[in-house]
Amino acid sequence: MAAPLLELTNVSTHFHSPAGRVRAVDGVSVSLEAGQTLGLVGESGSGKSVLARTIMGLLPSYAEIPEGSAITFDGHNLLTMDRKARRAISGPGIGMIFQDPMTSLNPVMKIGQQVYEGMRHHFGTSKAAGRERAIELLTEVGIPQPDVRVDQFPHQLSGGMRQRVAIAIALACEPKLLIADEPTTALDVTVQSGILDLLQREQRDRGMTLILITHDLGVVAGRCDQVAVMYAGGIVETGSTRSLFARTRMRYTQALLDSIPRLDRPPHERLKSIGGRPPNLITPPPGCRFAPRCAFADAKCEAGIPPMQADEADSTHRFACWHPRDPEQATEEVA
Amino acid sequence: MRYVLKRVRRLLVVIFAVTLFTFLLVNVLPGDVAYDIAGQDASEEEVQAIRADLGLDRPVMVRYVEWLGDFVQGDWGRSFRTDEPVVEAILSRFPVSLELMLVAQVFALILAVPFGIIAAYRAGRTTDRAIATAGFMSLSIPSFMAAILLILVVSLNLGWLPTSEYEPLSAGLWANLRAFILPALAIAMAEWVILMRVLRADMIGVLQQDYISLARSKGLPVWHVILRHALKPASFSMITVLGLQIGNLVGGSIIIESIFALPGVGRLLINAIYARDFIVVQGVVVFIAFAYVLVNFIVDLLYAVLDPRIRTERTDG
Repeated sequence: MAAPLLELTNVSTHFHSPAGRVRAVDGVSVSLEAGQTLGLVGESGSGKSVLARTIMGLLPSYAEIPEGSAITFDGHNLLTMDRKARRAISGPGIGMIFQDPMTSLNPVMKIGQQVYEGMRHHFGTSKAAGRERAIELLTEVGIPQPDVRVDQFPHQLSGGMRQRVAIAIALACEPKLLIADEPTTALDVTVQSGILDLLQREQRDRGMTLILITHDLGVVAGRCDQVAVMYAGGIVETGSTRSLFARTRMRYTQALLDSIPRLDRPPHERLKSIGGRPPNLITPPPGCRFAPRCAFADAKCEAGIPPMQADEADSTHRFACWHPRDPEQATEEVA
Repeated sequence: MRYVLKRVRRLLVVIFAVTLFTFLLVNVLPGDVAYDIAGQDASEEEVQAIRADLGLDRPVMVRYVEWLGDFVQGDWGRSFRTDEPVVEAILSRFPVSLELMLVAQVFALILAVPFGIIAAYRAGRTTDRAIATAGFMSLSIPSFMAAILLILVVSLNLGWLPTSEYEPLSAGLWANLRAFILPALAIAMAEWVILMRVLRADMIGVLQQDYISLARSKGLPVWHVILRHALKPASFSMITVLGLQIGNLVGGSIIIESIFALPGVGRLLINAIYARDFIVVQGVVVFIAFAYVLVNFIVDLLYAVLDPRIRTERTDG
């Protein structure tokens, strides 16, 4: 097996706030081989975007990455390398797409320039060549009239088109790894699948590695090789997409799956939802973070944090649960 | 075009209101120009004769309407005292005030932009607080105090610059510019702080925007992100304030022009007020109002240059 392109070892990100230390990301370990697609799933506030920003080096000044965290990308430790060398990785090494294309493009800069300025900086591309390349990229991401759009400003484009521009910006420096942070959350449902298909196609054509961050397990299902489910700053279940969906073990993952509306359920049935709220990350519960919302929790769950363990059928499928779901059993009724 | 018409209409309203009020106010002041012309030894009869001659014995409103009638026909009148046409009096002094304003604003911007950026980038840290402290110290010195201090230190103690020797541009650029350095600095010492604080506040907000994160995710150096991505969208409020400051200074700075003996519009105005030479006062007031409105109109156009979103709105509407 080749060395992974990206390896996170015990990564934590803490924020200093007046109320105390917020453990937004808490001991995440995950590795990703080149050319693979990882779906990072979790509800709002689970730490997935903070994790993306940690990898990307875009944390605010009040954030702290505690000792013992390591992020290795392509043989470099991103957390210890000097700033200049780290910047050289952003762009040609790792690219990022942000959640809301209405705010992630500079309103006062022409689209073309936003696409090619990374190339100019990293590769010394001339303005004329950069503009040509920008038109090619805009064509590639499916923008009509790219030779006109290249000289326009973001406000002259719709949300879906802007996200395509954001993808073109990220692709401009041919990154080995692309991090897409909820790329469709802020968009109309009608354009969501178009954006996801585009990302998937680019990933395949370029042999790129992709981290797709989403709160929707349904998005992950057909598009990712691997899935990692985050809850309250930690990964609670991870594995190949096939195994994770077929042999769901962690109760939280199951609860997420149950809350997806399905066509094979009777009409007008009440949609299942997960009651309660994610825990306070300043003073998290001592045991399993999901215990307060879990129907299967008992005293053991509240007392100690469950360790990561491997699934019996597939050792790469790992989960953290004291009372894992029996994967052989089709459905289970909540007691 | 409709936009420009709206602006012109507003300018006319402003000029009408301002001239009426100054006319009334100058008339409230005790004494009038007749005493000045007649001299200290003149008898009351002589003063009355001069007053009748100038038409000052008629009611205020009559005189105002008469002045307004001449004014709309392009006749700004002549100074009671010197008989100099008001338009000429203003235009001959305007270049001095304009140059003072320009030099002052250049100084203010040279200080405000770098320090505003640094303060925003290091918001809440020691550097930011040091800049804020220095800024408020600079701001809290009244301009006449700053002027006197500058003369004392730079001119008298160090002997670097002249105290007050205004030279026209024809005497050479440096000879001319030299006289403006200290007065401009005295003005800039207050102005830069306001510009800096406004830029800092906007810049802090802009630096938190997603598009700044996106620019950083391209691996661009910090200075590139700040200068190319953040400065433009962060400078709107600063441009607004700059416009107001320029509007204020275009009409001359009475205090600074008096201290440094610069023959600008401000000195023309204060001397005219002392002499109750209200035709001149009226002319200067109109000129200042006009300059103010014009500068703010230019600032509005500048927004469109900076922000393409405003451009679209205007062509659409």
